[in-house]
Amino acid sequence: MADLSISFAGIKSPNPFWLASAPPTNSGAQVMRAFELGWGGAVWKTLGNPIVDTSSRFGSLDVGGQRMVGFNNIELITDRPLEVNLREIAEVKRRFPDRAVVVSLMVESKEDWRDIIKATVDTGCDGLELNFGCPHGMCERGMGSAVGQEPEVLKVVAGWAVEYSPIPVLIKLTPNVGDILEPGVAAVAAGVHGLSLINTIKSLIGVDLDRMVPYPVVGGRSTNGGYCGPAVKPIALHMVAALARDPRITVPISGIGGIATWRDAAEFIALGATSVQVCTAVMHYGFRIVEDMIEGLSNFLDAKGMKSVSELRGKALPAFTEWGDLDLNYKVVAEVDPETCIGCDLCYVACRDSAVSCIHVGDEPLAEGHRAPTRERAIAAARRDGRTAHVVWVDESECIGCNLCSAVCPVPGCITMKDVTGAPFESWNDRIAKGTAKVPGGLEDWRAARSGKR
Amino acid sequence: MATHETLIQLDRLERAFPDLKPLYGDGDAVAEANRCLYCHDAPCTAACPTGIDVPTFIRKIATGNARGAARVILSANLLGYSCARVCPVEVLCAGACVYNDWHRPPIQIGRLQRYAVEKAFDDGQAGTLFRRAPATGKKVACVGAGPASLSLAGYLALAGVDVTLFERRAIPGGLNTTGVAPYKMHVDGALREVDFVRSLGITIQEGVEVGSEVRAEDLARDFDAVFIGVGLGQDTSLGIPGEDGPGVYGATAWIERMKLEPGFAVLGVACGAVIGGGNTAIDAARELSRLSVPHVLMVYRRTAEEMPGFRHEMDAARREGVRLVEKAVPKEFIRQDGRLVGILLDDGRRIPADLAVVAIGQTRPRDLAAQFPGVEVDPGGRIVVDRATCRTGNPKIYAGGDAVRGGDLVVTAAQDGKRAARAICRALGVQIAVDAALNAGHQ
Repeated sequence: MADLSISFAGIKSPNPFWLASAPPTNSGAQVMRAFELGWGGAVWKTLGNPIVDTSSRFGSLDVGGQRMVGFNNIELITDRPLEVNLREIAEVKRRFPDRAVVVSLMVESKEDWRDIIKATVDTGCDGLELNFGCPHGMCERGMGSAVGQEPEVLKVVAGWAVEYSPIPVLIKLTPNVGDILEPGVAAVAAGVHGLSLINTIKSLIGVDLDRMVPYPVVGGRSTNGGYCGPAVKPIALHMVAALARDPRITVPISGIGGIATWRDAAEFIALGATSVQVCTAVMHYGFRIVEDMIEGLSNFLDAKGMKSVSELRGKALPAFTEWGDLDLNYKVVAEVDPETCIGCDLCYVACRDSAVSCIHVGDEPLAEGHRAPTRERAIAAARRDGRTAHVVWVDESECIGCNLCSAVCPVPGCITMKDVTGAPFESWNDRIAKGTAKVPGGLEDWRAARSGKR
Repeated sequence: MATHETLIQLDRLERAFPDLKPLYGDGDAVAEANRCLYCHDAPCTAACPTGIDVPTFIRKIATGNARGAARVILSANLLGYSCARVCPVEVLCAGACVYNDWHRPPIQIGRLQRYAVEKAFDDGQAGTLFRRAPATGKKVACVGAGPASLSLAGYLALAGVDVTLFERRAIPGGLNTTGVAPYKMHVDGALREVDFVRSLGITIQEGVEVGSEVRAEDLARDFDAVFIGVGLGQDTSLGIPGEDGPGVYGATAWIERMKLEPGFAVLGVACGAVIGGGNTAIDAARELSRLSVPHVLMVYRRTAEEMPGFRHEMDAARREGVRLVEKAVPKEFIRQDGRLVGILLDDGRRIPADLAVVAIGQTRPRDLAAQFPGVEVDPGGRIVVDRATCRTGNPKIYAGGDAVRGGDLVVTAAQDGKRAARAICRALGVQIAVDAALNAGHQ
């Protein structure tokens, strides 16, 4: 069984699964229940000067009957007195000394940062996470994402924390920026010990079309919230990877954003994360999900012959490059398995309306000289159980290998992308270097043709 | 105008039967609709005799546009409500669903269709789903007010034709009203649909029999076209000793009494025997079983494999306790003191029975057909028509449904009505708008 333990900037954790600073980490009772079920760490719901919250606060994006594909909140930081939180943090750490207890903080003035850091460190917690990410409510007061969006301000405030804290300081970054490298590099320059991202994305989750008020409805009004959940994972993965591959980022990264399963976690770790943080999936299903995350990741590492989770870290990073470095001679074509095709023709209509019409149904003719290796099998497979199914086949001479058909196919494994590469590696950047990058048919040719007519 | 509340009583035996497939709530319907793959050129649509665009209506349910779903359904089939409830979807749309090839349960198309149409009926606005063309001055008469006639009449009314249906019973709807297995649909369901078609602007004259109260030649003279949609006639009898008398019923007559006759009951029956192997026979057997008759036997002259009834219906009947007696030809109904006690078969076997339902077919409408010059019947008594137009040998007279098919589905009768409506519009020079409901679905 693979070793799942990690050390994040010196913070030890029996596994990489931490709870993100959010409603599930609002109290000692919650965090202790989570630790009992196996969570490796928790980032306490942000401490600061207590606030007042609204009712309601959350909104869900549902897609095709699937609830909470995306999730939106307008909740602020902790609404509990500082003393109570500090006492419970100390109690949790005392009872679970092997777990990572990180405390999220958000205040405004230098003096406040000094005092809250001192008070928090005295609990015996393992680290601090500065909340420079919250994109709703707190940012209107000059905190949260208001800090994270200004690299110079971020650097100054982070510098105070590094100065006052004897324990590791993490910065939680906001994704509401043009280039995540700017705040990331500024934080590292300030001397912080780790980065966590992404915080939520500024959002309006939807509109109540009867009341004509966006969600979540607070009386007759609403406001923008922070967006999270499975739908934000691709954005988070990109930002984590963009930082992880940059040589200026020399500190560990805690990946956050739509992580619900061990597979999601493995992807973040493969792109450079050391720990991962989970919130929405817990809000949806409860703390119990960590059991499968631990077992699933362990089984995966065993199956891949990796002895520890650290072997997985960054494994997919070398393959993440610029577009200009991709192999233009790499070629795949779709192949539909006629025996498992159920004849829904979703690939057919997708290819016809959004790609190149290379998918054909039944005994449609094959163009002269084109290749369609599965056509005969498809025609045979279409006759089943006394009726005709719309089994499809691919004209490989027309297929551009875009993946759309395999994305829409409801049957797992029915459409595969077959490697038919026939030429050596050559990227766009290679072509620029060789001076062969011109693609005919552009404005230059148009101008030339026009001047020739004159 | 009579509405269904005034036509039926509450103490009908059929009300003891709950729906086998209950009405979906909003949440169930959307969840099931979201399972639908939204196939292109979908096999479910191809399998529907009327050509309802199934994936399109299901997607509308998924998006919360149930009214739009009802419009899509009813445009291709004005009787989409009863069809949703009585169609053998297992051998039609749902049987063609691509999920079957994936070894997964097919989409519950019938239940989704019922949900959409019933919602439209419930909001009271179903009559405004379609635009009605201006009056053309053309007049069409229908003989009978069953599914084929109602389908035809609704489409013609939308095209601006004045349609009058002459129904010999006091209650309209034909077999949908009198003959549907009550665990599929009750009488009030059928009458809701009649009310919907009526709201499109048709006239139904109940209790008027063509041939007695109204003469066939008057219809042929006074109307621009006549449609014969009378279905079938009386239950066929076996013609064996002991058949006349208490305890032996014709199947459709028995079902009609169970569905409509106030106070009708099935009490103290220990063994019910249904004679026949078609869908009416299976219906009657399932009904007896569901009425808690302890022993229900189906008595069929051939073997299970040769039964004309649907396999899925027979399987359901067996699951409900119905037993099949094969190669069983009744020779005599045995009576003691006038009371039915059993059936003697021609091979000497005796079957105990204190109730017998004879479901071996119904008579054909020869007599009515004979009243219209030029209308021919085939040797089986079915009215002969051109299938594409439903036109008989008399260019003014059309026919469809069971009178032509000799015992088929509601959905095929609905399609006959639609075909005949198109043909009548063409024959009378009635313009059909490009976006008219009459253009929807299969040709």
